[in-house]
Amino acid sequence: MRHYILRRLAISAIILLGISFLMYTLVRSMPADYVTLATSSSTKISDFQREQLRKVYGLDKSVLGGYLDWLFSALRGDLGTSLVYAQPVTEVIGKYMSITFFVALLALIFELAIGIPLGILAARHRNSAIDYIITAFVFIGLSIPGFFLAALMKRLFGFGGLNILPTSGMLNPRVVYKTFTFAKLADYAAHLAMPIAVFTITSCGVWLRYTRANMIEALGSDYVRTARAKGAPERVVVYSHAFRNTLIPIVTLIGQSLPGLFSGAIITENLFGIQGLGNIALKASQMSDVPYLMGFNMFLAICTIVGYLISDILYAVVDPRVRLS
Amino acid sequence: MEKDYLEPFSFQTEDIAEVQLFLTPGQMILRRFMGNKLAVLGATVLFIVAVLCFAAPLFYPYNQTEQFYTDKTTGEELRTFQTEQISTAVLKSLEKPSLNHLLGTNKMGQDMLSRLMYGGRISLLVGFVVVIVELLLGVILGGAAGYYGGLPNAVIMRLVDIISSIPFMPLMFILASLEINLNISPKYKIYYTMFMIGLIWWTGAARMVRATILSLRETEFMQAADAVGIKTRNKIFRHLIPNTLPNLIVMATLDLGSVILMESTMSYLGVGVGAPYASWGNMVQVVNDNVIMRDYVNLWLTPGLCILVVVLAFNFVGDGLRDATDPRMKGR
Repeated sequence: MRHYILRRLAISAIILLGISFLMYTLVRSMPADYVTLATSSSTKISDFQREQLRKVYGLDKSVLGGYLDWLFSALRGDLGTSLVYAQPVTEVIGKYMSITFFVALLALIFELAIGIPLGILAARHRNSAIDYIITAFVFIGLSIPGFFLAALMKRLFGFGGLNILPTSGMLNPRVVYKTFTFAKLADYAAHLAMPIAVFTITSCGVWLRYTRANMIEALGSDYVRTARAKGAPERVVVYSHAFRNTLIPIVTLIGQSLPGLFSGAIITENLFGIQGLGNIALKASQMSDVPYLMGFNMFLAICTIVGYLISDILYAVVDPRVRLS
Repeated sequence: MEKDYLEPFSFQTEDIAEVQLFLTPGQMILRRFMGNKLAVLGATVLFIVAVLCFAAPLFYPYNQTEQFYTDKTTGEELRTFQTEQISTAVLKSLEKPSLNHLLGTNKMGQDMLSRLMYGGRISLLVGFVVVIVELLLGVILGGAAGYYGGLPNAVIMRLVDIISSIPFMPLMFILASLEINLNISPKYKIYYTMFMIGLIWWTGAARMVRATILSLRETEFMQAADAVGIKTRNKIFRHLIPNTLPNLIVMATLDLGSVILMESTMSYLGVGVGAPYASWGNMVQVVNDNVIMRDYVNLWLTPGLCILVVVLAFNFVGDGLRDATDPRMKGR
């Protein structure tokens, strides 16, 4: 096990090196760099001053030289200073990470709370009307574009429709909350209801289908027949015998979905005007903010790799038959 | 007598069963697929949408970029080529649906039905091109990794790991701003975007082809092929690739749906198909204008529903194909 983890970590390091070099080359090969974009509206600035600015921002170096510089400071934990926000990249990420993470985590909890029980229900009543209705909704949820669903919900519940939910932001800007009160919590809830609903509707189908497929397999297995034969109550058969074995693949899938808690939000954040990591990344890529883009993307890449590693290890932990090699 | 002989085998089903007693695997797959109502419905919908998007514009009088005007004095509709009258006319913008323009006109005075059909062309085309690029790369690289093993396998699979760990949306943002800065004309932008998505999307296909070939290498028929000493090329193209086809077709169908979803999202965010060309994704973009979102639902509801219907149909067909090719997977 330890040997396996060490080997995986070594491979991960190579992968991260590859990703960072690829990303850096791409970001730097944008023809208009930050200095050109930021000074494009100013007529007074001379080319000499632009060159000076590039030197200050480290954009005058060649791609390879710049990459090596970035790499060595990143290895020391210094991701540089964001050009747009004029703050260290780690601080910018740390500041907005909690919002993104919190919203995505809440959504994940809702997805699991809806997807798993309905998946079990559909599996227990396989090929019945309930199963078909659930499956139809799952397919619609998986096929609807998030931005379209968001537009529909905004039109229905926002202004112009029922006008009961705010359509963007995190808090009502006209109210000042001095301390954390119940009213503030309600305000958060009202603002986040639609984004979280969009998340949940578009992705709970994945969990549902997964649970249903694994439950069907478990319910058809010999140990379930044995349990039924010895007269165990149906509730015990379904939840103790069958569902426990279904949990194995679900747990590994949860491990893999962890990086999505940070990256899956980009579009939804944009749609509902939530100031999170994704929304900022969109602006940064428009302004070709090299340090922020590198920091953010490497952060996501590390999350992805760690997520896969965790899910593989969890797989071995929950299922003793699996041997990591 | 012939009839007496056939009597005990009186098959309920028509055509195939009457002439032969055994079904070929292809016929079995076809029959299982045709028995799946949702899959057949999906295939029918896709056929109709494809005909409407590719053939109907040939008979439809208006182009997707043509702007319409209203004559101030007579109230008549003027088209772009009536240059003399246009100078005094007003743009026919945000027209409600009428007989002339079944879905109304947008802010630029363009016919929405025409844009819907041309947008559908783009969406379907993007899906197919990306999937073809993905399959070509995936089969070649995944096949090489699975067949040769060793160093090619290590290099290719590390490349797969690297590409699949790159966050997708941020990468697309960067590539899109690269495109804007390179001054690629909007007309060709979508082709570059298609190839770029394909270049990123192939890793799933490569993983699957590699896994299939690894398991096929252990089968008896491959041992026989080795023993007979047939050419490597024949082993790969006659024995290995055909056996990966069922999985590949299922994957390609499901991917068509996800690529269309992805393209529409990118176009919605303004990094895919750009003005003046239509795509279902960038047509929904008008919801960012609060007035249009509230009062002109006809402008954004139909393209959104079109995406939903087409992606849903691809999912139904892909699911049906998977059940048909692999009955053990039925109902998954």
